[in-house]
Amino acid sequence: MTGYDLLDLAVRNLRQSKLRNGLTTIGISVGVASLVAMLSLGVGLQQLATRRLAGSGLFDTVFVTSRQDFRGFDKEDDAKAPNPEKSPALDETARTKITQLPNVLEVEPEIRVMGEVVANGETHFGFVTGLPMSARENEAFDNLKGKFFSSDHADEAILLMDFAKELDTKDPAGLIGKDITLRYGERQALAQEPSDRPAMNGEGSSGGGGDDYGFSVVRKQQPLRVVGLIDQEPYGGMRTVSRGRIFLPVRTTERLNMAQFTDMRSSLRGGSGKTYMTLTVRVKDPGKVQAVQDAISQMNFRTFSVLDATKSLRRFFTVLDLFLGIFGSLALAVATLAIINTLVMAVLERRREIGVMKAIGASDQDVKKLFFTEAGAMGFFGGVLGIVLGLGIGKAINFGTGIYLHRHQLPSEAVWVMPLWLVGAAIAFSIVVSLMAGLYPASRAAKLDPVQTLKYE
Amino acid sequence: MSATQVSATTCAVRTENVTRHYPMGEGLIRAVDGVSLAIDPGEFVALLGQSGSGKSTLLNLIAGLDRPTSGSVLVSGRDLAKMSSEELARYRRNDVGMVFQSFHLIASMTITENVELPMRFAEVERAERAQRSREALERVGLGKRLDHRPSQLSGGEQQRVSLARALANRPRLLLADEPTGNLDSRTGEDILNLIRDLSLSLGMTVIMVTHERAIAERFAQRSVFLADGKLVSEEVRA
Repeated sequence: MTGYDLLDLAVRNLRQSKLRNGLTTIGISVGVASLVAMLSLGVGLQQLATRRLAGSGLFDTVFVTSRQDFRGFDKEDDAKAPNPEKSPALDETARTKITQLPNVLEVEPEIRVMGEVVANGETHFGFVTGLPMSARENEAFDNLKGKFFSSDHADEAILLMDFAKELDTKDPAGLIGKDITLRYGERQALAQEPSDRPAMNGEGSSGGGGDDYGFSVVRKQQPLRVVGLIDQEPYGGMRTVSRGRIFLPVRTTERLNMAQFTDMRSSLRGGSGKTYMTLTVRVKDPGKVQAVQDAISQMNFRTFSVLDATKSLRRFFTVLDLFLGIFGSLALAVATLAIINTLVMAVLERRREIGVMKAIGASDQDVKKLFFTEAGAMGFFGGVLGIVLGLGIGKAINFGTGIYLHRHQLPSEAVWVMPLWLVGAAIAFSIVVSLMAGLYPASRAAKLDPVQTLKYE
Repeated sequence: MSATQVSATTCAVRTENVTRHYPMGEGLIRAVDGVSLAIDPGEFVALLGQSGSGKSTLLNLIAGLDRPTSGSVLVSGRDLAKMSSEELARYRRNDVGMVFQSFHLIASMTITENVELPMRFAEVERAERAQRSREALERVGLGKRLDHRPSQLSGGEQQRVSLARALANRPRLLLADEPTGNLDSRTGEDILNLIRDLSLSLGMTVIMVTHERAIAERFAQRSVFLADGKLVSEEVRA
């Protein structure tokens, strides 16, 4: 029998029991829809996460931290590394060495300190961070109101819009061009003579020895001109410096010598000078990130790049997709039982017809193929219907999350994305599953003895 | 004419000591029990016997719907017992046309589609299929009812459709299992006249199972009597 005749007869047979075959097909479509909805959610979430990573503009950046400071997330890596105490400090020497590595554009410290802004006679608390001039390229500055820093050492500030609203509820944009005062703690080295040292906690000097190391924190003020306002945190909120509300040029923050959290850690260790908590290394092009990262690791520092993040992200989403797929397939598994049931019923009902077909020349293979085609056709129609249903579910999910995000004043994001390959794959999968479900009924039909089937009619 | 007088090459159908046994509990039913029979090309033979005499079983063996327990069934020199199921299907499709007592038409199809069905299995082109089915239906006098469904036709008309379907693939052998069993005597007679005319005009060999001796005597050239699965006697029409 030709393919056309098989299909024609199969569709004709399916139409004979519209209700039963229709219900079975709907069953398949629900299975396909749930599978597609789940996998599309996985795809959508992955795309969302990748978009966030890409938006961070950090594909050319390596983060460097000292192994002295804290344990990393990669326990295996830590186990291989030498004793933290014997690891080098992330200080000016290290910074110079990293700067001299090939393909390195700039090495900037991540500076983030607590500060207070005095504006209109009121004080407001906020984190102050330093941004390099290269931050201008980040998407956070696409919608910059006002200007970017005029130089990397200017006494200027860019404020996060939310913070600006705190300072001036009525007209935050009016702050641009105005001066504010930043209050911060300056880190001052101790004087050589113990008697000259300012008391840190009222106990006076800690007493003797060249091993003494410490510093004092002195309240300072710095007038700054507000030059710009931004709506969102730079680097997709993924860097320490992202999580600030007041942004200063990085050289200005360095010059002001603000006391940082890590200074406390350094003072405990003693003996050494100023260290950095994190250095961000910008590389010429993303393709060189791995090489630079390896070179810095050789210097026995801990490194991290978005490359690592995408690797673990991909691993995470592979597992997530697998689980989503398994849950999504459950409904399809139930649907296959419905296909088997429907076709077994059809074989019983059409015993005489099968016998007649064999008597007038149909081979066992013809009969088998016919039932297979019927199963495949149900799979196809179920698949197509399932895609439509899945699209509906997806639209509903996106609509729902859109409302939710809107209510929380967040930009709407498509968390559910159905790529074209998934449409094809889902229909193909539906057909394959249906064919597998058709195996038993089809072979049962093919084995029917025509003499027996015709005798009892 | 008896079986032994006909050589294998000239025979349309020849059975040699064919048996068909069915196990039944501890015992055995000998539905066909050592039947040797030879039928000439173009011959019209009636298989007669009581219910359970084995005449339908013998017909099914000749039709390639069933396989003998022993012996052989030779059609045009080929032994059906040695054919694979695929070869048997091809044989039924191309060499045999079958007519049944209860017509066995497919109710959901029009009569044209019913007649086209064996041609679908034979992979006949669609255009040719339509032409051949129209011709076959015209031949049995139903040329004006091509789009009717079986349920819209009388019993006699349905048997005509069944006959047209049997002719679709232009077989050399027409096998009829009680073709008039469900028809009144007048209609039955019409059908048998039609079968005889077709057999003569198309040169087909006809084997018909019936339990009505009068019918056999009127239409068949030869009547073969079966009892308990055995061939008991033969009568050739004068």
